[in-house]
Amino acid sequence: MTIAINPSQTGGPVFYVADEHPHPEGWSTSLGFWIYLMSDCLIFAILFATFGVLGGNYAAGPAPKDLFDLNLVAVNTSMLLLSSITYGFAMLTMQQNKVAQTQIWLAVTGLFGLAFIGIELTEFAHMIHEGATPQRSAFLSAFFTLVGTHGLHVSCGLIWLLTLMVQVQKFGLIEANRRRLMCLSMFWHFLDVVWIGVFTFVYLLGVLR
Amino acid sequence: MNTDTHAAGVDHHHNGDSHAHGSFSTYMLGFVLSVVLTAIPFWLVMSGALPNKQITALVIMAFAVVQIVVHMIYFLHMNTTSENGWSMMALIFTVVMVVIALSGSLWVMSHLNSNMMPMHQMSGMK
Repeated sequence: MTIAINPSQTGGPVFYVADEHPHPEGWSTSLGFWIYLMSDCLIFAILFATFGVLGGNYAAGPAPKDLFDLNLVAVNTSMLLLSSITYGFAMLTMQQNKVAQTQIWLAVTGLFGLAFIGIELTEFAHMIHEGATPQRSAFLSAFFTLVGTHGLHVSCGLIWLLTLMVQVQKFGLIEANRRRLMCLSMFWHFLDVVWIGVFTFVYLLGVLR
Repeated sequence: MNTDTHAAGVDHHHNGDSHAHGSFSTYMLGFVLSVVLTAIPFWLVMSGALPNKQITALVIMAFAVVQIVVHMIYFLHMNTTSENGWSMMALIFTVVMVVIALSGSLWVMSHLNSNMMPMHQMSGMK
């Protein structure tokens, strides 16, 4: 270190710059997005708590055992898990600057996500057709709210994915698009984490009890 | 990995791209672990391999916790150093809040259930 005059030693005034020094665009995006995900996590925690409290109140209506087809849930779970790994591949090809391959992996991720939503909607339609509507019992209200909120998140993720594919097609893998793809990656993997809670606490424990 | 596209002059900050990335092998490892950790609880419940329901419930909840940690590490690339540790701080705070909200709700409501049940139903309770 070179000899520098430290104002505090010389007794002179010490200045603190009020404005922060300039940051490159998007330098705090990933932390900010992570904090958003954590707040989303609290929403799901409340919905899980609601389901935990009301999950046994069938009001003499259908119980999880009568409604849930675990084979279907297993297929659905694998769809989401596969979409997670294909999104991982999209991120890896993005780091290698391969636009076409990134697009392909994003498209595959989108297809798995669509399959997930399709299976879930089929399940919902089947349940409603059998009279197991959200109005039937507290258990079903809590079930549709929790699983429906997760499904809504995945649907939003799909719209976001499609938007980003158009962006990448138009502008390539520029810095801003990389940042956006990274945010969606966190969002997508986060939804898979929430689904672990859903299939364990709603479906498996529901059938078990 | 482009670490220094616009980090020049801001040596003590990372740019948005400095988030940990993972490689093909870590993604695959995470995926294989997730498949195993998903398949076992499904198999346990569908086959009824464990005779005791409560033990089965505890085991599948343990699998869920382990799988969440696996996802956090291999897919979300959580570690104690990313964003100078702030991601981990936010996560720890959230986990504390979630635990309080979940355990508190379940605890309070179960007490409410057992204490406010009409008398004629009390006999049917555990």
